[in-house]
Amino acid sequence: MFWNRAMETIRPDELADLQLKRLKWTLSQAQEVGLYKRKFKEAGVSPDEIRTLDDVEKLPFTYKKELQAGYPFGLFAVPMKKIVRIHTTSGTTGKPTVVGYTRQDLENWSELIARNMTMIGLGEDDIFQNAVNYGLFTGGLGFHYGAEKIGATVVPSATGNTRRQIEMIEDFGVTAIHCTPSYALHLAEVAESMGKTLDTLKTGIFGAEPWSESMRTELERRLGVKAFDSYGLSEMYGPGVAFECPEHDGLHIWHDCYLVEIIDPKTGERLSPGERGELVITPLVKEALPLVRYRTGDVTRLMEDGCSCGRGQKIARITGRSDDMLVIRGINVFPSQIEHVLRSLPEVGEQFMVYIDRVKHLDEMTIEVEMSRAGFSGELQDLARMQKKIAGELHNTLGLRTAVKLVEPGSLPRFEGKAKRVIDRRGAI
Amino acid sequence: MEKSYIVKQISIFSENRPGRLAAIAGALRDAGINIFAFSIAEADGFGVVRALVDRPEDAHRTLTDLGFRVSFTDVIGVKMRDEPGGLSEIASILGDAGINIEYAYAYSGRDGAVLILRVDQAEDAVRQILARGGELLKASLSQ
Repeated sequence: MFWNRAMETIRPDELADLQLKRLKWTLSQAQEVGLYKRKFKEAGVSPDEIRTLDDVEKLPFTYKKELQAGYPFGLFAVPMKKIVRIHTTSGTTGKPTVVGYTRQDLENWSELIARNMTMIGLGEDDIFQNAVNYGLFTGGLGFHYGAEKIGATVVPSATGNTRRQIEMIEDFGVTAIHCTPSYALHLAEVAESMGKTLDTLKTGIFGAEPWSESMRTELERRLGVKAFDSYGLSEMYGPGVAFECPEHDGLHIWHDCYLVEIIDPKTGERLSPGERGELVITPLVKEALPLVRYRTGDVTRLMEDGCSCGRGQKIARITGRSDDMLVIRGINVFPSQIEHVLRSLPEVGEQFMVYIDRVKHLDEMTIEVEMSRAGFSGELQDLARMQKKIAGELHNTLGLRTAVKLVEPGSLPRFEGKAKRVIDRRGAI
Repeated sequence: MEKSYIVKQISIFSENRPGRLAAIAGALRDAGINIFAFSIAEADGFGVVRALVDRPEDAHRTLTDLGFRVSFTDVIGVKMRDEPGGLSEIASILGDAGINIEYAYAYSGRDGAVLILRVDQAEDAVRQILARGGELLKASLSQ
């Protein structure tokens, strides 16, 4: 099933024309942004020189830290009166990245979600539980409006209270659910403990964190669903950038809205189709926040074979990151953010370690900090207060609960070369 | 006058894991420092070891040099009769004097029993206890 058959199955030559036209439009939109005026000048390239799609290689990359430097609205290409919503995502050193949306941007975004959901057979007969964070996180509202667009009955359950989520699935006869894969597994476990079989549930949409084929098998078995991988990032609206079709063999990237390249993250050179590298995206229809060759940090490859569903370009499932970004319960966390918070606290010494574990299928982050000399008054309650303060500051910045452990000075490892302060003990999901 | 009854307790930050007390006690042994009394207060994953020692300054330096986080805390030591009713007697004095105890621990040695108190206003507490006939440990005993 297609939501927009013409666009989803557009002929390659027509697509190339459309992409080039939209690329030129995006570059003119980018010219409205100080950052891009400067970057084009520095790179010695003028948007007029972009005459073919391959010319995109002449353009400079955009990095996440540049978006953060424009905090809050410095990268918007339209006046604020045209911005109808903002979402934020974590930055690399404390300040978040702010993503603005015009009315047309929201329309484009919900169109893409509608395509994704229709592609996997969902429609107005479905009852769709959207069990992700609503609010600044793009997953909630993004799917919400796309699901309404296809006429599904939306249950905006958001996150938390797992038993209630399970009751809703049962009582409302929910047929499709969207959540993180780790939360889905937790849901399955709680449902099993409640003796619920969730018979109405047929479709699971899982995203915001990478997950493996063995995880797919387990989720499909335990929840009784067909599991689909959803890829997106807030900088590109949010979820909906690429999505699995019923073939379950790669994710279709919405070719009329996103121009993709795979590069070697070290050299920045473009890799041939089939080679694994960092995904670089130039959005083609974004009004409020146009981006040029955005470095996603996600590692994948372009798949060469066509798809029997008739849609275009696919990327392989994301296998990791080309940088040190962590995904904890669907939230992006950079070790530099943690460092930034800890360094600003006088009670905390130089050394810290971060451990990530999966406890009952949910990610838990533990941060061990050494106390500074100034930090110890001798009173137990001051230590407890300090522990709470550190956890509070981290929560403010990361949007994530963490367990803070105070440890003795000298007990954490010292690094001579590159410090390895983050130990991810989760293994593959 | 009141100051001479204010005793320096050393407080040492310690993780709550096996061997940490041994490390502290071992360091004090090697420095020839005697511990009169000590207690451990425990919170979430860590604790504070509190001790009265014969040479607090040396203990502070020794442990700090070894990398421990150490600080001095003012406490007072109230002498008790080492027989039934000893604590009750002292507790009534403290209650009558309106002294609020943050924490306390006790030891019983050759010269009788002592209740060590961490209170809000140490000098004020000293005055109140002495005025009600209580007997206090001299700080000089532990210097």
